[in-house]
Amino acid sequence: MGEGVFEPRIVVFACNWCSYAGIDLAGTSRIKYPHNVRIVKVMCSGRVNPEMVLKALADGADGVLITGCHPGDCHYISGNYKTMRRYFLLRKLLKQLGLEERVRLEWISASEGERWARVATDFVEHIRRLGPLKLKEVMSSE
Amino acid sequence: MSDVRIGVYICHCGKNIAGVIDPAKVAEFASKLPNVVVARDYMYMCSSPGQALIEEDIKKYNLNRVIVAACSPRMHEPTFQAVLRKAGLNPWLLQMVNIREHDTWVHEDTPDKAEEKAKELVAAAVARATHLYEITTEKAPVVKSALVVGGGIAGIRAALDLANAGIKVYLVEKRQSIGGKMAQLDKTFPTLDCSKCILTPLMVDVARHPNIEIYAYSEVVDVSGSAGDFKVKIKLKPTYVDWSKCTGCGVCVEKCPGRAPSEFNEGLGIRKAIYFEFAQAVPRRPVIDPNYCLWFTKGICRVCSKVCPVGAIDYEQKERYVELNVGAIVVAIGYEIYDMTKMVEYGYGKFKNVITGLQLERLSDADGPTKGRIVRLSDGKEPKTIAIVLCAGSRDEKHVKYCCRFGCAAALKHVYYIKHSVPDAKVLVLYTDVRAFGKGFEEFYQKVRSWDDVYFIRGRPAEIFEDKDGSLIFDVYDSNTGQLINVKADLVVLESAVVPPKDWEPLRRLLKVSCDPGGFALELHPKLRPFETTADGIFLAGTIQGPKDIPDTVAHAAAAAAAAIGFLLKGYVESVPYLATVNEDLCSGCSLCASVCPYDAITIEEKEGRRVAKVNVIKCKGCGACAATCPSGAMQQHYFTDTQILSEVSTLAGGAK
Repeated sequence: MGEGVFEPRIVVFACNWCSYAGIDLAGTSRIKYPHNVRIVKVMCSGRVNPEMVLKALADGADGVLITGCHPGDCHYISGNYKTMRRYFLLRKLLKQLGLEERVRLEWISASEGERWARVATDFVEHIRRLGPLKLKEVMSSE
Repeated sequence: MSDVRIGVYICHCGKNIAGVIDPAKVAEFASKLPNVVVARDYMYMCSSPGQALIEEDIKKYNLNRVIVAACSPRMHEPTFQAVLRKAGLNPWLLQMVNIREHDTWVHEDTPDKAEEKAKELVAAAVARATHLYEITTEKAPVVKSALVVGGGIAGIRAALDLANAGIKVYLVEKRQSIGGKMAQLDKTFPTLDCSKCILTPLMVDVARHPNIEIYAYSEVVDVSGSAGDFKVKIKLKPTYVDWSKCTGCGVCVEKCPGRAPSEFNEGLGIRKAIYFEFAQAVPRRPVIDPNYCLWFTKGICRVCSKVCPVGAIDYEQKERYVELNVGAIVVAIGYEIYDMTKMVEYGYGKFKNVITGLQLERLSDADGPTKGRIVRLSDGKEPKTIAIVLCAGSRDEKHVKYCCRFGCAAALKHVYYIKHSVPDAKVLVLYTDVRAFGKGFEEFYQKVRSWDDVYFIRGRPAEIFEDKDGSLIFDVYDSNTGQLINVKADLVVLESAVVPPKDWEPLRRLLKVSCDPGGFALELHPKLRPFETTADGIFLAGTIQGPKDIPDTVAHAAAAAAAAIGFLLKGYVESVPYLATVNEDLCSGCSLCASVCPYDAITIEEKEGRRVAKVNVIKCKGCGACAATCPSGAMQQHYFTDTQILSEVSTLAGGAK
């Protein structure tokens, strides 16, 4: 990471059918967004369990984005509804840890390359404002 | 894990990747990562020599994991899996890294950061690949039949091609007759042959074909199952005529006193309350429109029932449902024209003499409401000055951004209609660009341009006003000459924008097909696989994939049919590799997994005195919801196990060392 300006490290979970394709579309359309995001592909956002989100934060990520198909559009009928419920539950836990601002759930369809670029840009700026999390350093020093 | 031997391959993709980052540096970085035996970069990894390079390395270095950092796995994962298979490795020992769409194509302004990102993504893939293992898939038989949704020219062509290949076809059409938009056209450009003359023989072929069953006046209401074995529920809307008894003699239509506006004639002219869509309708079986039938609206009449020689009229008929079992589905539901009343400045719907191009087709058709005479709708008089407006709603930020792809050529054809109906008419073509791109289009354009009293003006009308006599007055700025022209026209024809049909959205959701920014069906690949979708076994024919003219629609439909035939004749489908799998030693039989499975693929069974989860591999579609829910980690998903995902996440979170 460079000197001076804080470059957040962000892990993104993207479902194969909508969000990953939407992120691909941003690429094919050459729509620019900050480099800070790192995409992890899953078949469905419903595959993402809280452990994966917490692991990302614990191991050094400053923020986590979970992305999936819009409600009603899930390739697997209802996976994104499961994601939504799990996310609200996870937020309660994150709130107790003071981390709820660092995790977001967003719906990105396969046609929303532009929207993805906006979401990514906005989230990177949001995390930049919050500053580094340094959970890994804190945990290893205890 | 000393037996893990990884090969890493960084693709330049010409300048697409190498123009932003240095693939050699990424390869050098990768060569130092744990378990990496060999790391290389190459100009085009997907090319034949690129593939051969990987294949040779697998044998030479005894590799058992392969990482390819290149384009999106949605593009070339199957290509590189085939390389592994050829070299004797299980294809699921491949890990793709997306350094093009997700990196160099979007971060070219920050090349250093893009290179750092590529290294991190490769490091995460190495961490993940260490935990990959062989996956075998199972085969299930395919039902050798197909559903074609939509009976326009695309559906007709697809149905005939499938049927001729020996496949049983069910053709579902929502209207009374097949034929679609093409049946409404008078002539086709640029050859000006009569549209019905080339279409109706094909409609008859469909009706007569022993392998095709038509469900007209019907809709798809439910789709379940999966590729190779879909269960489709069709709603047969009540026609109030028993089609099995009806002979299509037409006496009922002739005697019916009920009148309704004709949909086929785009609201111009009338039809009866019991009607055929048009004279050459296939199937030739009438339907009663209860909104206009005197029996349904006023409880009087019943003339049709009295005159029917075979007693086919059934006022009590209810909607019926049919369940079909098909291996493949071809979507050919076509397009609709954009609602021109949304362009308030053009006055469509308010001023009688502003019409759409499709309405002009109906006026020009010898079988249309005016028997082929082009007239002003306000007074039936012959128009002497006609303005044709191109891109009405198309290429317009406020309406539809994309090009309709046939408006220009249709407008040229419409000039021809007008000049043949009213030879001394003055025609103004108000265009943005004239895109005469198809075979024979440019020649047609030059011919039309050379005619007397045909003027091409580069500009769109400002607000259109109606004069007392029904004429239309507007200004148009000609950007070629820089002049503002005041126009008084007897008739204005709008070459309307094209949008997906309204019933596409519910069908799309049933089929799990994605859409593009315009709302049309998203193809699997815009260049290489334009007639397939991300949903296996579902194919696209014609304009539902995006606006097309007739030749392109027919070519697209034939391609969709060929792809569907290949899929069906292969005879089997493979189970998805990303199946759920249970570690029975860890499973407590709590059944949380079964409760979240959207496919009822998980059952809890007794085994050696304990309850354990069991996965039905044909029902499971590989979403991984069960694996995310399992409290003990007993339920996992192949290729997406907790260990695999967490190792990737951990590396990406911590950064590359």
